[in-house]
Amino acid sequence: MKDNPFSLWVYLSQSPLLWLTVTLLVYATTDAVSLAMRRHPLANPVLHAMWIIGAFLLLTGTSYTTYFAGAQFVHFLLGPATVALAVPLYENRKRVVSSIVPMLVALVAGSVTAVVSVVVLAELAGLPRDVVLSLAPKSVTAGVAMGIAESLHADPSLTAVAVILTGIMGAIIVTPLMNRTGVTDYRARGFAAGLAAHGIGTARAFQVDEIAGVFSGIAMSLNALVTSFLVPLAVTLLVR
Amino acid sequence: MPASLGLILLCQLIGEAVVRGLGLPLPGPVLGLLLLLVLLLMRDRFAPIARGPLRNDGVETASRGLLAHLSLLFVPAGVGVVQKLDLLASHGIAIILVLALSVVVTLLATVLTFRLVSRLLKQQDAR
Repeated sequence: MKDNPFSLWVYLSQSPLLWLTVTLLVYATTDAVSLAMRRHPLANPVLHAMWIIGAFLLLTGTSYTTYFAGAQFVHFLLGPATVALAVPLYENRKRVVSSIVPMLVALVAGSVTAVVSVVVLAELAGLPRDVVLSLAPKSVTAGVAMGIAESLHADPSLTAVAVILTGIMGAIIVTPLMNRTGVTDYRARGFAAGLAAHGIGTARAFQVDEIAGVFSGIAMSLNALVTSFLVPLAVTLLVR
Repeated sequence: MPASLGLILLCQLIGEAVVRGLGLPLPGPVLGLLLLLVLLLMRDRFAPIARGPLRNDGVETASRGLLAHLSLLFVPAGVGVVQKLDLLASHGIAIILVLALSVVVTLLATVLTFRLVSRLLKQQDAR
């Protein structure tokens, strides 16, 4: 080869193919490890895929924009996956209808707690105003939260990071925390997971119990609705 | 399979179009979810709708496939953390503590409210 040996790398590192392949293979590996560790909360596949790919980007000096050009094909599926939640909801409709009242009350209590707690705590911690605004919608799924952040003139990319960190921490903590509270009702446990930790909490809930997963998916969808209204209101009332 | 995926995308597309068109403050895919749910419920009432992806578990299988790897879909947005390393260096500990405390408080408030209300309802029914 008379070409510079780096030219192949230069070509591939700019193509979507490489980064899509990396995303799928790294996740497949972290997911297999998680399964081998019998879904231990700390073996969360998203958490480990995130830092491994992140480190890889930093080491190779690849920008996030270049990475995302490939990874966007995976990111895109967040929308259709939200629509797909209609199926478990439909299949478990009898259980859902029979728990409608506790669900709606818990939805209001949970959404208000999620938004108010993060805004108040962030203010107490003395974080800058634009950071407080970007953290406010962190309990809803990424696409919706970023939309809310945009409407507040906050930083949507920081919101996305806050959403993922919240989801991962929620997914890690939910099982030990719920075991400690002694709640054995998987409807309630799943509902809390989806409300506090959106899709990552829902993915975790499906790993633990099918009913928990269904209720988690419902909580995630309903919370997306409520939080869209709640965040602008909370920000007006609570942010200095 | 193509028809089932197409139906899911169509529901999302209609959801997005309606949300944009009417300026509704809700995410398009959530409206798409409601639409697909209504289609599935209607299928059981009106036999003529039960065709294509709405027959033989078509859309159900496609949806289960998407949901089986829900965590994967969050990886690209999560890797975005590499753009925020400066902010995390200056405020990272505070941000992580705030998010961690908030998620614990939210989980507890939700699960305890759910249990309290469902117990109250059960007591009422028992009377």
